Order: sequence, then C-alpha cells, then structure tokens
Amino acid sequence: MRIHARSLVTASLLASLAGAAVFAQASVALAQAPSKTLEQVKARGYLSCGTNPGLAGFGMPDDKGVWAGIDVDLCRGIAAAVFNDPEKVKFIPMTAKDRFTALQSGEIDVLARNGTWTQSREAELGLLFAGVNYYDGQGFMVRKKLNINSALELSGASICVQQGTTTELNLADFFRSNNMKYEVVAFATSNEAVKAYDSGRCDAFTTDSSGLYAERVKLANADDHVVLPEVISKEPLGPAVRQGDDQWFNIVKWTHFAMINAEELGITKANVDERAKSPNPEIRRLLGTEGDFGKALGLTPDWAARIIKQVGNYGEVFNRNVGEGSRLKIKRGLNNLWSKGGIQYAPPVR
Amino acid sequence: MASTDDLPGPRTSILNNPLWRGLFWQGLTLALLVWLALQAFDNAVVNMRARNIPTDFSFWNRPAGFDVNQTLIPFSASTSTYGQAFFVGLLNTLLVAAIGIVFSTIIGFTVGIGRLSNNWIVARLATVYVEVVRNTPLLLQLLFWYNAVLKALPGPRESLALPGSIYLNNRGLVLPEPVVGAGFEWALGAVALALLLAILFAIWARVEQRRTGARHHALPVAIGLLLVLGGGAWLASGNPLSFQQPVLRGFNFAGGIKVIPELVALIAGLSLYTASFIAEVVRAGVSAVPGGQTEAAQALGLRRGDILRLVVVPQALRIIIPPLTNQYLNLLKNSSLAVFIGYPDLIQIFAGTVLNQTGAAVQVVSITMAVYLAISLVTSLAMNLYARRIALHER
Repeated sequence: MRIHARSLVTASLLASLAGAAVFAQASVALAQAPSKTLEQVKARGYLSCGTNPGLAGFGMPDDKGVWAGIDVDLCRGIAAAVFNDPEKVKFIPMTAKDRFTALQSGEIDVLARNGTWTQSREAELGLLFAGVNYYDGQGFMVRKKLNINSALELSGASICVQQGTTTELNLADFFRSNNMKYEVVAFATSNEAVKAYDSGRCDAFTTDSSGLYAERVKLANADDHVVLPEVISKEPLGPAVRQGDDQWFNIVKWTHFAMINAEELGITKANVDERAKSPNPEIRRLLGTEGDFGKALGLTPDWAARIIKQVGNYGEVFNRNVGEGSRLKIKRGLNNLWSKGGIQYAPPVR
Repeated sequence: MASTDDLPGPRTSILNNPLWRGLFWQGLTLALLVWLALQAFDNAVVNMRARNIPTDFSFWNRPAGFDVNQTLIPFSASTSTYGQAFFVGLLNTLLVAAIGIVFSTIIGFTVGIGRLSNNWIVARLATVYVEVVRNTPLLLQLLFWYNAVLKALPGPRESLALPGSIYLNNRGLVLPEPVVGAGFEWALGAVALALLLAILFAIWARVEQRRTGARHHALPVAIGLLLVLGGGAWLASGNPLSFQQPVLRGFNFAGGIKVIPELVALIAGLSLYTASFIAEVVRAGVSAVPGGQTEAAQALGLRRGDILRLVVVPQALRIIIPPLTNQYLNLLKNSSLAVFIGYPDLIQIFAGTVLNQTGAAVQVVSITMAVYLAISLVTSLAMNLYARRIALHER
C-alpha cells in the first residue's frame, strides 16, 4: 500500500509539472508574437487606464466615486474613440512606485498618471510617451509663517517628497547646484508625504506645481501655505504606453492631438455635429466627413468626432479640471495653444 | 550446509527493481523541475527583451542622483551609485533589526517573567500589555507611534529640552556629538585593560568555586577595576572626550547626532510588538520547567535568585530558543513595513526608489528577496548554534 501511495504522489507531481510546462511553453509562444493592444482592449470590452489615486485636477474620484481629471478625460477620450462610449474605462489607481512595472507587465493598457516624459523612461524602461497633456515644472510649498520668499532660502530645511519620482531627483539636483543642505524625507505615496508636511515633519513639500495647487486645496487651512515662485525643472506630463505596439501608440497619441486640433479649429462638445457640416476641409478631415483617416489607426472614420462629442476639446477638458472652471484655477500659461501664446501644438490630420 | 548467500537470487527484471524504479522517477522529476525553471527564466528574459526592459545588472554602477536622510556610510546624490544606495538601505534595515532585537528581547523577558510574578498587579499589567499589543495589527501600531506620538511633538524652535543637551522635536531626537580629543586612546586602552582583568578574575573565580566551593563575586571586582583603572586614566589624560552641543540654527539644530523620528517610531513599534510574543514564549518556557526542579533547588538551600539563574532559566532556555528565533526572523521581515512611515530601509530605497528609477524590477526584487533570505538564514544559524551549545549534553 505504501508503495502505491508513493507512486501516486510521484505521478500527480509529474502531471502537475507537465501541466506547468505546457503553460510555460504557451506563454513563451505568446511572448514571441507582439500582442495587439487594440484587439485585447476590444475583446475585453473596456480600457484599463492607470491613473493617480488622488490628485485633484489629474485623476481623483469625486464624492460619488466618479473619476475626474485631465488624465482621466484622456482615457475617456481613448474609450470614446475605440468603443464610442467614454464610460468603458476601468481606472486603476497606481502609486508612483508601481506605475511603470504595471504598464510593462501589461496590467494596464495606458498610463495616464501625470508621468514626466524623460529620456531614460523611454530608453531604459521600454515605454513611449504619446504626447504632453500638461506642461508642468517642480516647485515648493511652505508654511506662510516661515516668511520665506524664495526656494533659495531653504538651506537646512527638511523636505517631504514622494519617492520614485523625477521630483526626488530634481530636488537633489537643485540643492546640489545651489550648494545648499537639506534633509529629504521620502514617502511611498503623495498623500503620506503631504500628511507628514502638514503635521510639521517637514518645512517644505515639493512636487510639480500643478500638484502643489491641487494638494493645497486639500489642506485644512489652504491660506496658511504658499507656493514659492521658483520652478526648478521641466515636467512634461503625458500618457505612456508600452513599446512594441505602434498602432496602440498612435491611437493614444492621436486622441490627444484630436482634442488639441479641435480646440484650435473651434470645435466644442456642444457644436461638433453642427461643425461637421462646415465646408472647412481641415474640420471635415478631423471629424471624418472627408477622407478615411480613422481606418489607418484601426478606428472608425468618426473617431475624433466621438472624442470631442463625448469628452470635449483640450481647452474644455483643461478648464473643467484644472482651469478657471475648477477649484484649482490654474492659468493656461504654457498649456495654451501655440496660437495663443502657449506651446500646445498638434500635427494636422491629413 | 550452503549459506543462503550462495543461492542465485530470483531473476528479476530491472523494471521491477525498486532501486532502479526509484532512481528513474526521481531523476525524471528532477529533470522536469530543472527544465521548468530554465523555461521560466528564458520566458522572463524573452518577454523583458521584447518590451525593452533591462535584463542585466548594469544599473548597479550608475549614479543614483537621489538623497537619503539616514546613511550609515557616506552617500551623496552626486557621486554615489545605485549599488551604494543598496548598501545604505541594507545597513538601515540591519540597524533597525539589531536594535529591535535587543529591545524586544529585554522587554519580552521582563514582561514574560512579570506574567509569572506572584505580585497581582505586576502579573495583570503584563497580561494586559501582551493581550493588547499582540492582538492589534503591527502596521496600525507603527502608524500610531509615528503619527500620534512623534508628530505631536513641537517644532524645532519649541523643542523639548531634556537633561544633557538632548532635544526632542518633530524632526527627531538631537543628541550631543562626542568629539574625540588627544589622549583618548590611552583612556580607551585603560578601560580595555580593566575589562580584560575583570574577565580573567571571573574565570579564576569560577575555577576556584569548582575546586573548593568558595564563592568569589566577580561583579564588584569588575566595577572596582573599571572605576579605578578606567577612571584614573581618564582623569590623568585630562578628560579627552568632549561633546559638541547642538545649536538651533535656521530650520533645525546644527551639529550633534540626529535620530530621525521614523527610526524611533519603527524601533518602538517593532520592539513592543515583538516583545509581546517573546513574553509568551518566555512564559511558556519557564512554565514548562517541572515544579519539582524548583522544589529540589529549595531543598538544597539555594536562594530565590540562584534558583532562577542556575536551575530554571538554563532549562527554560532550551525550550525558549527555537520559538524565539522565529520572533527574531519576524521582526527582521516586519521591518520592511518601514515604507509606510518613510524610514529609508532596504525596501524603500532599493525595491522602491532604485527599482522605479531603473525599471529593473525583476533584478531588484530578486536581489531584495535573496538578501532577506540570507539575513534570515544567518540569524537562524546563529540561534541554532546557540541552542546546540545550551542543549542537554547526555552522558
């Protein structure tokens, strides 16, 4: 009987090993043919979008659990283009630390989480940034009662920061190049870093300027805190995708461009149907009434019209989430259209 | 009469030979396992290459570019590499584990013995401590220490001044920094000599007690030696150790040693939590020593302290050590919760920042796992050696 039992164990072990081996083979086969993200998204029935778990203006669920923000609206735009339904998105909150690994491993289709476009993130992390939906720069927030007017007066200060960000690196660069000392206190999430700053552990909190304004409105006494004038870095924030799927890269990139082109051409959420009848060939090409520019992307001819109708143009999205129409009241500045003094510029649909 | 050995055995096929069958199946299983591991490795490499994710360790020597607020070895954003960042994190983890193990052992033994005390209040207090602390999540306790206790402290300008120029504020604990002056090595040498003499005396006392039964107490002699020799040399060399007082300047104190609040909170949380488990281990170990042993020792006329020290504890230790090892390992692994309160340990620096800046997730996570495994194995090896030393040697 004992021998029987033992051979049974061996047999079942072998069987499970064989099963695992087949599985391993299958995943190797999968790896060798670059997968088509668009097909996966369509088959799944929704877009997996990695977002910030709670940054006002960029990605944050409101009190009813509805996500809002310019990054969130970009994902809605992609869903509108693919599914003709901006609600077919699953927002997956990501910490700064986990976001790239999640994108690399295929857990999410697109990462729209106020990520800074840098050389190493494309060359070393195997990502591609599909555009810049917010031109930002890093700043500092301090308590008013410190009576500080410049970041250059921060020598010897303790500074709270979120770890795993370009912010952490810029901070080191700034203090090094100005020959100043500081104590860095790094936290896994932005929330913890702000909490530590608020409780007095740090003299200053640093992140992208837009983030400083967003966090300031969340603090108990927003007026007790001031954002210092220095902007110490370039932070072009934008959506990122995995390398190796050019079609999907194009879809994300052109979703952003379509929104900018729409603002430039005066197409809004409200007037998109009416403007489709316009004789202007640029408008007709963008909205799909002339030519078939969506097909080459793997989408329908009216892909851009869907985005604008269901989400809005870039100006509307900006205004609603971070601009005058929001609590943050951030000026357009660099994020204005190139024709209005900013640097937001999109290639033509042609 | 022919012995049975000479008889030809029954002719059995190699297929029915249990030895060969066993070897065959085990060999096959092993081969499959190795093949599977290779496949998994190959699969990971192929997939990572396809996504342009780094698969080598070249990041190790690249400049780190970020700063850390507690470093036991020199580290700076401009000159240090990711490899050095790894060692900074590793040393910070080891520091927490080492201090935590010492404190949790002291508190744990005290509370454990306290639970067995005949004093009603002491026993009840120890019970309440154990039940409250070990039945709430560790993360919660860490957050409590960090957010509720340390952050409630005043800012640097309103620091609590403790005796001896020690300041406590929400940036941590500031201590005067010892500065070594001329003649310090002489004083240090005298202290070392005193210690050596004390140890020699203790050995002699032990041999003497074995031989004659007369007891010579080593502790008073050691204290006397230290005071006379060490203190004498200290005064003779003109008090060679001075302290640099911390001064409030700008945002915080300048000079002095700073202990960051994250470290204090982590050690407090880990030690108190682990101590509650150690207390139970100690209580179980002491209770497991048969009552007859104590009674026999009393019958021999030993004093209470000696009964505990010479009879009960040595026997209890044999029972205590293996589960105590578990608690030490738990403490080490639990120290990775440091991330939640911003303490720069191995996980935060290496598996956090370095992983994120380099994108080498598989390499970084494998290294981190290997390191925790290695530290744990070394700890259990040391504890096992100790357990073997105190084991009952049967003759």
